[in-house]
Amino acid sequence: MNYELLLQLIINGLIVGTLYGVVAMCFVLIYKSTRVVNFAQGEFLLIGAWTCWAMLVKFELPFYVGFPLTLVFMMVFGVVLQVLVLRPMIGEPIISVIMVTIGLSMFFQGLVSWIFGGYTKAFPTVFETASVKIGGLHIETAYIMSVVVSVVIMIAFYFFFKYSRMGLAMRATAFDQQIAQSLGISVKHVFAASWAISAVVSALAGVVIGMVNGVSSALSFIGIKVFPVVILGGLDSIVGAIVGGLMIGVLENLAEFFDSQWLHFGNMYNIAPFYALVIILMIKPYGLFGTKDIERI
Amino acid sequence: MASAHSRMRCGEFRTTYQADLTIFPTPLARRVAVASVLFLLISPLFLDAYHLNLLIQIGYYGIAALGLNIVVGFTGQISLGHAAFFGLGAFTSAWISNNSGIPVFFTIPLAALLTMAVGLIVGIPAGRIKGLYLAIATLASQYILEDFFARAEWFTGGSSGAMASPVSIFGYEMYSDKSFFYIVLFYVVIMYVAGANLMRTRDGRAFIAVRDHYLSAEIMGINLNKYRILSFGISSFYAGIGGALFGHYLGFVSAEGFTLMLSIQFLAMVIIGGLGSVMGAMLGTIFMVLLPEVMEYGVHLVGSQSSALTQALAYIKEMAIGLAIILFLIFEPDGLAHRWKMIKNYWKLYPFSY
Repeated sequence: MNYELLLQLIINGLIVGTLYGVVAMCFVLIYKSTRVVNFAQGEFLLIGAWTCWAMLVKFELPFYVGFPLTLVFMMVFGVVLQVLVLRPMIGEPIISVIMVTIGLSMFFQGLVSWIFGGYTKAFPTVFETASVKIGGLHIETAYIMSVVVSVVIMIAFYFFFKYSRMGLAMRATAFDQQIAQSLGISVKHVFAASWAISAVVSALAGVVIGMVNGVSSALSFIGIKVFPVVILGGLDSIVGAIVGGLMIGVLENLAEFFDSQWLHFGNMYNIAPFYALVIILMIKPYGLFGTKDIERI
Repeated sequence: MASAHSRMRCGEFRTTYQADLTIFPTPLARRVAVASVLFLLISPLFLDAYHLNLLIQIGYYGIAALGLNIVVGFTGQISLGHAAFFGLGAFTSAWISNNSGIPVFFTIPLAALLTMAVGLIVGIPAGRIKGLYLAIATLASQYILEDFFARAEWFTGGSSGAMASPVSIFGYEMYSDKSFFYIVLFYVVIMYVAGANLMRTRDGRAFIAVRDHYLSAEIMGINLNKYRILSFGISSFYAGIGGALFGHYLGFVSAEGFTLMLSIQFLAMVIIGGLGSVMGAMLGTIFMVLLPEVMEYGVHLVGSQSSALTQALAYIKEMAIGLAIILFLIFEPDGLAHRWKMIKNYWKLYPFSY
């Protein structure tokens, strides 16, 4: 057994896992406050990464200008999307809401591929050194940054929901929409804000992943990988999203390891999370931290 | 009652239970349905290859779409894995006909039965979970089956795909599109009549009860688990028939054809056509098959010289499908079938619309 490879893969898994955790957190944020299952979460990453790429390469802006501009763009994008497409869907059956986000995902995938082409494009280098050695393991600088950024985002989320006015309003809305409304919380604003925050943070994750792997349509697959994560952690739990992200990140790297060492099935990296998903749904459908639906007659 | 012409009835009134339970709401609808089938029977005589191809596509996708409508529109379960069953039908039929002497005409229902068996197995979790969780579970089953297609070389030929022989019955091989058209038409008529009749039976009404209010349905003695799994099975059977026809029509089945994208297209057919409407499944299929063709025509019309637009055609088609789903859900959530009903009602009540 190759322990060094195993260790490297587990570290990679944890790093990728924090990113999954961040994207899953955005997914949970939307689900919790607006009860919309966002199948277009991956496209947020895609659009964010491409916008940042265009700012840096096409308009040749420096990173510290182009990146904040990307985030501003994504904020507007999230709000516009919510107002134009998701607001008319309030009160519609769940299948309609799911399908509308699937439609959005298809539309934006087509649009982005049309504008930027179907090939992977590399990000301009932001960091001087490509990778650093920690304890005999090579870790890319962008990965370290991604972990730092993810942890900062998670802490920011914690304080946002604990102390800020909007964060509290969001929690109230998630708890009970009618009561929140009767207490004077503008549910409209809460919905728009949750989409905006989700779009911005997803774009951030998209930029980070784009820096490491290059920008391509493959980014939107992260949006699908989010499902095993949120099912494992529980659909409406932010803590669950982070824990689930780390677990799925490690799981897929371990599956890759076992596959390359003994099984030789191939493609386990991408498929293992879905097997995990089915098993979790069979034994614990509400995940580790999700609230259980109790129906009264 | 006075003679019919002196007091013409304005609107559609049913006075007996028998009248309420007919397949076709009015005698006119029945005559139109029979006439259109007769018209389709003679249509290969004057249609060119391109239009015939479109009709065949509408046929096999239409069968699969009706299957999806049974599970989504009538039972209220969400399935994101329909394309995988469609693919399973195609591969199974190709495999049976290649590995046994059974003529292709009979391998199609056999393949559908096997697809149904797999659908019943996948449907077991559906008995326990619902709504959103089910959507995600079927999404996983889509990826798992897709992965299986790419890997199981003994069954699907792996990445190189499987050959499917042309339809043969009692030693006659049917190579031409024209003869294949009749095969598809045969299956379309059978499956649609069966689908329309299913909704008049006890099981069909149970599906609708489960969809409308599953708690009440359970209290009234409907076995939720059984009907949820059964609807998955029936839907996979339809997908199997459609997929098998697809495979034998193309003569070649490749694992790349049955992605999540196709599942979404099936869902789009059902939603655009109208959830819970047998005719809606067909209308939606016609819309979704013609939409890319219209886009292609439009692109060639706008810029036959500009290659940029032609190169982006695949993306434009994708965008158009996405946009169609969004616009229909926002502006016509009940689909084309509902719109058609409104037009009919308008004319039925024509001068006195109130």
